[in-house]
Amino acid sequence: MIKTVYSKGKLVAKTGNEVMAEAMRQIEPDVVAAYPITPATEIVQIFSQFVADGIVKSEYVAVESEHSAMSATIAAAAAGARAMTGTSAQGLALMWEMLYIAAGLRLPIVMAEVNRALSAPINIHGDQSDTMGARDSGWIQIYSENSQEAYDNMIQAVKIAEKAKLPAMVTTDGFIISHCMEVVETYPDEDVKKFVGEYKPERSLLDTKKPYTLGSIELQDYYFEHRWQLAEGMRNAKNIIAEVAKDFEKTFGRKYDMYEKYMMDDAEIAIVVIGSTAGTAKVVVKELREKGIKAGLLKIRVFRPFPFEMIAKDLANVKAIAVMDRADSCSGTYAPLYSDVVTALFAAGVMAPKVVNYVYGLGGREINTDHIAAVYDKLGKIASGAEKPFTGIEYINVRIK
Amino acid sequence: MKKNDCKIKLSAAQLPAGGIVEAGTANDFITGDWRSERPIWHKDKCIHCLICWISCPDSSILVAPDEKKTTVITGIDYDHCKGCGICANECPVKGKAITMEEEKK
Repeated sequence: MIKTVYSKGKLVAKTGNEVMAEAMRQIEPDVVAAYPITPATEIVQIFSQFVADGIVKSEYVAVESEHSAMSATIAAAAAGARAMTGTSAQGLALMWEMLYIAAGLRLPIVMAEVNRALSAPINIHGDQSDTMGARDSGWIQIYSENSQEAYDNMIQAVKIAEKAKLPAMVTTDGFIISHCMEVVETYPDEDVKKFVGEYKPERSLLDTKKPYTLGSIELQDYYFEHRWQLAEGMRNAKNIIAEVAKDFEKTFGRKYDMYEKYMMDDAEIAIVVIGSTAGTAKVVVKELREKGIKAGLLKIRVFRPFPFEMIAKDLANVKAIAVMDRADSCSGTYAPLYSDVVTALFAAGVMAPKVVNYVYGLGGREINTDHIAAVYDKLGKIASGAEKPFTGIEYINVRIK
Repeated sequence: MKKNDCKIKLSAAQLPAGGIVEAGTANDFITGDWRSERPIWHKDKCIHCLICWISCPDSSILVAPDEKKTTVITGIDYDHCKGCGICANECPVKGKAITMEEEKK
């Protein structure tokens, strides 16, 4: 249950989409270019209403596709505007080419992204295949457990993106967060505006006194240097995200980190998960703790950049870990989050924990406390040595035979 | 960057982020050696209609004001002309004020 932590905060009942649109209203970017797609439609629909009603001074560009939405957002950002967009699944997929360009040109675009399964088969429900596919595009990725986090993450993302000179996407799980009415604490407009501040780009294409070329061809002689800069920018973004979180906590009172540790201090078994399922898992962890089982949860908030050093340290003393992916990479190997967690552990020389991989919830398939309790049960057996850790991916709640 | 300075390679630390390049660098990049055909401007036939100038995709038709401050053709920028032949094709003069010749290396 969300309670007010900010003296001037206000509790409101809003869906994830409504609250992301609310954050956009308060941020009041110069330009929003978007194309509607379920389940993210409402975000830009509500925002376009704010524009039509004259509540915000933002320019709204109704484009003919997501490729154009990202293109227009890139152009606006390059021109010196604070630019935002919103999309989901197929929309994100259609933006693909332009995602890499936004990152490569180092444009601090912020995108509200609602996680949804990718076709085929066509499915409109929540899983994280869409943004997981974009994990190497050079975008910062911030995932939200609930509407409160979606709201707070949107506000922080603007500052993070502009400081890191990297585009950032803030995600919610399709329908589970996007369409679920929750109590959210919102902050006064002027306080949000003050927090995000005014955007002053170092250079912009509309500054005709200092003309420059953006997006020029770079072959064997220069491309590599700029790609190194991008990768380095992503590495440096970790500190920026931490600074912005600290600022945010000082201003509004809510604490954020690269990931959240829930009962991890003495945990012997732990789940690593992203998004709304963390909320479900917390209920199970609490129940297990009441029974004296040392269960913990590590919820990834920032997946890109991936906080590998910290994670290796925090998971070093856990006996058995289940990494739960709401996306399958169809790679013949493990799912995305598992791959990164195990890489982090191995690189840090942490070999003790037994780490297994689960894939769950594709296409919005239910994941409930029973499923998660079964995972912890399995981890308990692995930790005690009663069972050997399985290799390969175990799929939760899917009919295989 | 000045002409012929292209050989100095900047490092990632020296480059502005995001592939930003100072404006006008195309001027430093000599593309004239791509040419297989060369346009020849025949001054005596030219009526200075500027159709070649507006048609040239590489801004390689050189113009300048004459003594009456009228813009006239003064020649061809062979450093940047890629020899596409649009100027010669578009020239409305009978017998052509620009003709294409094979480039001799």
